[in-house]
Amino acid sequence: MSTETNSYMIDGYEIVCGLEVHVELATATKLFSASANRFGDEPNTHIDPVTLGLPGALPVLNRQAVELAMRIGLALNCTVQPSTFHRKNYFYPDMPKAYQISQYDQPINIDGWLELPGGKRIGVERAHLEEDTGKSTHIGGSGGRIHGSDHSLIDFNRAGVPLVEIVGRPDISTPDEAKQYVTELRQILVAIGASDAKMEEGSMRCDANVSVRKPGEPLGTRCEIKNVNSVRSLGRAIEYEARRQIVLLEDGEKIRQETRHWDETDGRTHTLRSKEDADDYRYFLEPDLVPVDPDPDWIEAVRRALPMLPRERRLRLSAATGSPADGEAIMVVVERGQDEYVLAVGEAGGDVARALVHVKEAYADQGSVPTIPAVDLAGLVGLETTGKVTATQAKQILAELVAHGGGDAAAIAAAKGFEAMDDSALESIVDGVIAAQAAAWEKYCGGEDKALGALVGAAMKASQGKADGKAVTALLNAKRTSA
Amino acid sequence: MTDSFSSSARDAAKYVGAPAGVPNTAWEIAHAVKSGTVTATQVIEGYLQRIGALDGDIHAFNVVTAQEARAAAAHVDAEIAAGRDPGPLAGVPIALKDNLCTRGIPTTCSSKILDQWRPPYDATVVQRLAAAGAIAVGKTNLDEFAMGSSTENSAFGVTFNPHDISRVSGGSSGGSAAAVAAGFAPVSLGSDTGGSIRQPAALCGVVGVKPTYGTVSRYGLVAFASSLDQIGPFATDVRDAALVLEVISGHDHYDSTSIPQAPLDLQSVLDNGVEGLRIGRVTDLPGGADPDVVARLEMAFDALQAAGATIVDVELPSLKYGLTAYYLIAPAEASSNLARYDGVRYGLRVPATDTNAMYSATRSAGFGDEVKRRIMLGTYALSAGYYDAYYGKALKVRRLISDDFARAYERADVILTPTSPMVAFPVGAKVNDPLSMYLCDVYTIPTNLAGHPAMSVPFGTGDDGLPVGVQVLASTLGEKPMFRVAAALERSMKSGTSQGGAQ
Repeated sequence: MSTETNSYMIDGYEIVCGLEVHVELATATKLFSASANRFGDEPNTHIDPVTLGLPGALPVLNRQAVELAMRIGLALNCTVQPSTFHRKNYFYPDMPKAYQISQYDQPINIDGWLELPGGKRIGVERAHLEEDTGKSTHIGGSGGRIHGSDHSLIDFNRAGVPLVEIVGRPDISTPDEAKQYVTELRQILVAIGASDAKMEEGSMRCDANVSVRKPGEPLGTRCEIKNVNSVRSLGRAIEYEARRQIVLLEDGEKIRQETRHWDETDGRTHTLRSKEDADDYRYFLEPDLVPVDPDPDWIEAVRRALPMLPRERRLRLSAATGSPADGEAIMVVVERGQDEYVLAVGEAGGDVARALVHVKEAYADQGSVPTIPAVDLAGLVGLETTGKVTATQAKQILAELVAHGGGDAAAIAAAKGFEAMDDSALESIVDGVIAAQAAAWEKYCGGEDKALGALVGAAMKASQGKADGKAVTALLNAKRTSA
Repeated sequence: MTDSFSSSARDAAKYVGAPAGVPNTAWEIAHAVKSGTVTATQVIEGYLQRIGALDGDIHAFNVVTAQEARAAAAHVDAEIAAGRDPGPLAGVPIALKDNLCTRGIPTTCSSKILDQWRPPYDATVVQRLAAAGAIAVGKTNLDEFAMGSSTENSAFGVTFNPHDISRVSGGSSGGSAAAVAAGFAPVSLGSDTGGSIRQPAALCGVVGVKPTYGTVSRYGLVAFASSLDQIGPFATDVRDAALVLEVISGHDHYDSTSIPQAPLDLQSVLDNGVEGLRIGRVTDLPGGADPDVVARLEMAFDALQAAGATIVDVELPSLKYGLTAYYLIAPAEASSNLARYDGVRYGLRVPATDTNAMYSATRSAGFGDEVKRRIMLGTYALSAGYYDAYYGKALKVRRLISDDFARAYERADVILTPTSPMVAFPVGAKVNDPLSMYLCDVYTIPTNLAGHPAMSVPFGTGDDGLPVGVQVLASTLGEKPMFRVAAALERSMKSGTSQGGAQ
């Protein structure tokens, strides 16, 4: 674990936070049936007797889901172990069997960790498989809640979709660490192909257990915060909840252990249910399934097939570019999955540090495999580093490359006349501008530097953008001095 | 109960039998249909006629699917005419317990909560029977959700015993047992969670088999207690039971607890005899069996010894805890399995002001007393603070019983016990005393807890001339020695050496 001290305090209290993250696995079919696992389709089109919990239907475990769960466990440094399924019994209309099949005391992955970009390790207690519920829509009443609604509609497309619940240890000490944890986790999940992990679509859902204490004191009573739907909200919700608890403690009150609902609109958490109201889930071993005991060879094959994880990729790119691993450029480019590409530009002879900047600035809408061949960007970077084109010209050439999905940077530079713009040509354009914009020129010569903009703009226009703005300014300044 | 002997004898003459003019065993029917000496249509008409004439008094069926049966028989006849083999059960009528899902045909579990529910799919066994050329004639009555030992817990009325219609048919598969005894079908399917095939088979004087757990797919069997439930056949003789079990057994991808193995091969061993087999006699069997039942069991031991088997003593000290463990494990699983009947998606819904009130009203109206009793029992046994003392302890007993059996099967190849402690009892005799009803299954329950196979074979009659069954138990996948012993007992009955009632 990290040795760095926790300097984040609110009124002398420190935050203790652990996150429970549910992710929908990117399987072709559901956890226990052959219906498609697809988001956004017509309601109740991906259903079958198992999904609907019809009498007599039995679950059959999806091998791909087990494999993706193992990928998650191995990527989070967990031990993969023999596991079992239990029934978690409770009534709710979108729970078709009135029990959820979930791993309980023998989860598939245990005892791992996730390393934040800055190096702090957050413990992972377990990452287990379970099935998702259907989705209820409450019509009428207020706020889309079941209470007070006229009727409810249920879509069972999501019922039975495989989930992995990743239970983090309470090692998080600041709202920012929580945000980093979820961001890093999301990148890992996407990188290993386990989930698309979109919080906005609900394929990644995050609950936060928050308590506060004075340093050195025992753990405080925790509250669980639900309905946090973005990374930004997560930070806000933890901060709000910690401050709420501190105010109570400072007033001499006790924290009640409860589940609280984050309200995005008022920026507060509200009581959902107290511990006393919690269901007794009557867990027992699911008799319709047999234990999952992955063959060691299978586990090793999954481990070997894991791609390089985001943290290693950031370090690799940092070593290649000299840019800091947790700096914005590398964080952004690795998150977009464009780091391989930047390195490929280097292999094609381009300067990777320049390539990193261009990719970060201009490739926001390019995928992890950009449409511009790496060798083309290498060509542009080469022109730039040898002084053949200016930074401004390079940007224009890059825009051309992006617009056309690649091309020969030198040819574009030539076509734009960037290389042909010699000093005499520039001087004749500047002279033309001085003649045409006599009023502005007089003001400029009179010391009004504000007039410079109009003159440079006119020169750029006259050169059809081929002139280097800095060179125009220098020339104008020289002419003023000598005038 | 005045002069029940003559009542029984009169009823048996009227209600126990088979249709005239067509073969009466599955094996003979399939053979005759394939060889063209009778058509499937002639067979089905014979059975439908007998159902029409007599089922009003027996009430074996919740629904008779005459139209579908005639269509299926016509299809089998067309196959024969086209020179194709419809399968090993060509044209054989079969009755299905009404907790087996049948596509488009009501599957009610004899519960109001599923009244008129029509499944969108067939159970695996139903598919396999159809693929083998069998003709489903209808869905048979049962104790609601298979909870009971007399078929008196049905929401749709009692099934009466064809040997004496003042008496119960046993349960929970009473309808399937009575249907075979009454000749409404030569064979039927039931389900057995704690004795629900074997006990009614004994009371109705037919063969009933509970195979090794995992031998027959449970896909499409409406669950009562998933770790105990197993589907099996009823038949008038051992060979038919073997034939049907061969057809429905074998691995099924849709049931994760299905054993990955080929269908059973049983008919080939029926004539092997029992010479050299070791037959276990349980020295510490829980008491309570009626003297007429015990007397028949002794005659069964004698018959097997005479046929060349060796009788050995075995001990099963944990057996006496079986009933208690069962009545924690089975209700616990049932409380979870039956939670899905909430009125939201299918079956009965009783409207109310909000969701929780609707659940409550629906379940109050939809479930009968015995089902409610077991849901409450099971919910309690799994609850926080009680789990270890009840459900947890019951699982330990289950392990002990398996261990006891394992030791016993080191000494014996099969074990012989009574199937039921008593012959068929009068309707109403036990309905107000659940514990006495539960005791009906004292000899059958341990088999389910261990996951072993066991079968009941008719072995003469006891008091009042009513049938007595002998139970043959075997270890996991011990169906072959079990069927050899069952066939030997049947031969001894047919040869007359073991006939006659107890004194």
